[in-house]
Amino acid sequence: MSFTEQPVEAERQTMEVDIACVGFGPAMGGFLTTLTQAWSMFPGDPGFESKMVPGMPLQVHCYERADDLSAGVSGVVTSAKGIRASFPSLDPTQIPMATDLTKERVFYLLDPIGATRRSRTLRAADFSLRLCGKLFAKDEAFELPWTPAFLHKRGGLVFSIGQFNQWIASQLMASGLVQIWPGSPVSSPIFVDESAADKRAVVGVRLADQGVDSHGMPTESFMPGMDVRARLTVVGDGPVGQIGRALNQNENELNGRDWALGMKMVIELPEDSTLEPGTVWHTFGFPEPEIFGFMYVHPDRLVSVGIFVPSWLGDPARTAYRYLQHYIQHPLLWKYLKDGTLRSWGAKSLEESGRRGEPLLTGDGFARIGEGSGSTNMLTGSGVDEAWTTGVQLGEAVLELLRGGLSFTEENLTNSYEKRRRASWVERGARESEHARDGFHAGFVHGLVGMALAGLTGGRLSLKSGIRPESKQIRSSSTQTEEGATLKEIAMRASAEGRTFHDALLTARGWPEIPFDGRLLVTQQDALLIGGKVQAMPGFADHVRFLDTELCRSCFEKSCIAMCSGQAITQGADDAPAFEREKCVHCGACLWNCAHPPHAKSSNIEFLAGGGGLHSAEN
Amino acid sequence: MPDSFHIVVCAGMVPDPLQTLEPTGGSNGPGVKNEILLPAVLDPWAASALYEAASLAAKRPGSKVWLVSLSPKAKLQQLMMTVAQKASFELVPIDGPIGGFTDAHATAAALADAIAAIPGLDRTKLLLFGGWESASRGAGITLQIVGERLGIMDQFQGVDKIDVHDDGSFEVLERVEGGKHQVSVCAGAPAVLGWATGNLGEPRNNPQVGMANMRTILPALQKTKPVTLETNTLRYVSVSLPSQQRTTRVVKDLTADQIARELVEWIGAE
Repeated sequence: MSFTEQPVEAERQTMEVDIACVGFGPAMGGFLTTLTQAWSMFPGDPGFESKMVPGMPLQVHCYERADDLSAGVSGVVTSAKGIRASFPSLDPTQIPMATDLTKERVFYLLDPIGATRRSRTLRAADFSLRLCGKLFAKDEAFELPWTPAFLHKRGGLVFSIGQFNQWIASQLMASGLVQIWPGSPVSSPIFVDESAADKRAVVGVRLADQGVDSHGMPTESFMPGMDVRARLTVVGDGPVGQIGRALNQNENELNGRDWALGMKMVIELPEDSTLEPGTVWHTFGFPEPEIFGFMYVHPDRLVSVGIFVPSWLGDPARTAYRYLQHYIQHPLLWKYLKDGTLRSWGAKSLEESGRRGEPLLTGDGFARIGEGSGSTNMLTGSGVDEAWTTGVQLGEAVLELLRGGLSFTEENLTNSYEKRRRASWVERGARESEHARDGFHAGFVHGLVGMALAGLTGGRLSLKSGIRPESKQIRSSSTQTEEGATLKEIAMRASAEGRTFHDALLTARGWPEIPFDGRLLVTQQDALLIGGKVQAMPGFADHVRFLDTELCRSCFEKSCIAMCSGQAITQGADDAPAFEREKCVHCGACLWNCAHPPHAKSSNIEFLAGGGGLHSAEN
Repeated sequence: MPDSFHIVVCAGMVPDPLQTLEPTGGSNGPGVKNEILLPAVLDPWAASALYEAASLAAKRPGSKVWLVSLSPKAKLQQLMMTVAQKASFELVPIDGPIGGFTDAHATAAALADAIAAIPGLDRTKLLLFGGWESASRGAGITLQIVGERLGIMDQFQGVDKIDVHDDGSFEVLERVEGGKHQVSVCAGAPAVLGWATGNLGEPRNNPQVGMANMRTILPALQKTKPVTLETNTLRYVSVSLPSQQRTTRVVKDLTADQIARELVEWIGAE
């Protein structure tokens, strides 16, 4: 690396590296592992000499927004095909919270409360199941006697993404070949030509400014973010990452995608628990028919329990945390969890369009990997192994280009990385699942049938449906409707009573209050502190901004508030939303939960680069 | 008296206190469950010492800071990606076991040997900094023993402030019993200063400083050799974590005044 000396402290510095990586998750883990494994084997290979800093080894830097490399979120059940290919002698016992998958079960959950938004068809089905009594339904749940192969991950693993990332990072660090910088949010790509309409040529990234106030204005300790110029920029910053979104060619190009907010708890089970490590439960039907849930049992009496609240829920009342609390109290789960203790908590946005939402994978000087590149298989509900594998594929491609002395042009990256990807099992799965979930936009039962069709025919058949923009998936009623008036009234009452809008929404819908026990059933603020251990580094600007606050004032859905994972967005005194950076977990759900985007925008919310967020290593 | 100082900071790593820590026992003695894969931070007491060292060095041109750390090499490298962004220093790594259950004498011996071997270190300018305690499992004596092994007689513990005079002497504010400070004046280096919290805030991450530091840190880490510490000199009878002092109570309809009054009463009762 080389530095451009700067006489004035506040001037922006520039550094040159060979490969700049953005985001450290499974995809980047796969990329850097592939690169360092080959590099360690052939350290003298001239391909590993730096072209940016002659005489030095290849300079590979990775920048991660979170303040620790283990701050990723997800309980994972995965077939681990790609991960095992990278580590043929993988021993799960070496990774805390990891174990072999032993048993998978699928349950349809009945509504023991009577508050869910069930259709008449579902209510009739529930009535029939209850009528048949214990023969079919036990603990208010019906176990599917048979599940199709596409829902199984036989031979797979259960693990925590936080612990897995830490395990990978420790090996990468031990190699001494790459540098991974936590606490380093990246604010923008550097384009060859900033004024060009077609931004397909990237020459590096700019790190976020520090020493600024909440509006981004410099303070006396202002430190402009460094420009990192690179031959190749690897983008693996996830579905709501600043760089990935900035590289989208047109804001509306990818509008109309499916999303879900995944929220989970890690719970320590009571000592007499009988749940076996490696047990996996998938559920649907409760707390709303459209909300899928899971329970993964880790070693040492730990479980990950969570739900996915989709963008196509069709209801602006979408308080994920409250829904999660009702979910864990469902009789099927509660009998195992009730004396448990909250160990960790977290949430993230999941890009659920899969290949349908695939952006441009390569350009001159950049390549995308992982979830943000549309690699998730929405039929099998699998993303981590696919993300890892796209990283491996790019790693192999980069090795090929380095050894061949070829530059990282769009053409070369397409012929090496994209070609590998298109020929792989990741692509086959992505194609099979491309329209598997479209049917959910026409209703829950329609969606289930569509998934089954796609799964059983290898994607040849599915129930396609028009995918509306995210803003229209929330609800399309106007302020004149009864729904609008009700929501407005709830918002006003919540404000007057000094309680959160998030909670008030579900209480008004008939959901019972949560019987807090201070151990497992805790307030959302406690979940942030004792579960997510949320941190916000000082000196960064607010990374969530509202473009047109007048639009926000006239919005009655207020779904950005309802869905905010950390209650970081609340209703301000002037009826516009207010943002508290210190509570934000960077899930990015606010981005796709705006019902009234300005003209030619997909959201009225700007989601910028920022540091901090979740700090728990057990997520 | 020297115008500049050679400041050596001894700093170990400890598990991030925000994570869930579970003590475990094993054939090799007590430990923390999965410690090698837990996120680690620089011991907060020693981190204060590092920030004070960097601040002092910046005020005394010609001064230099070394960070001496006994930790597993791979773990240390990961930690350095954060710590190196906060202050300028040269790393002297000692590849040793993680955890603070080793004998303080063995640890001090390894640290003193490494310090004595630092090329170019001028002992007449030496200020030995460190935490006065370890935030995790320190015996509270390691730094003193390192000082003794290096033959440094002037030692101060629980330091919150140091004011260096023009003649190289300095005034030290030390914590003593009863929540008070003791003021001492030392004629000058060499001296040992075991820091409490100091008065400086944690510097923000500065990638420029970090990248510059890593140019020397990475080669140092590659060259470091493992040390073996004597383990059979010490026996632990039991190990436990302090219990969490946290009570959640859900109340409704309390006014701000009532909440404030209750808080004042609670603080008064503690």
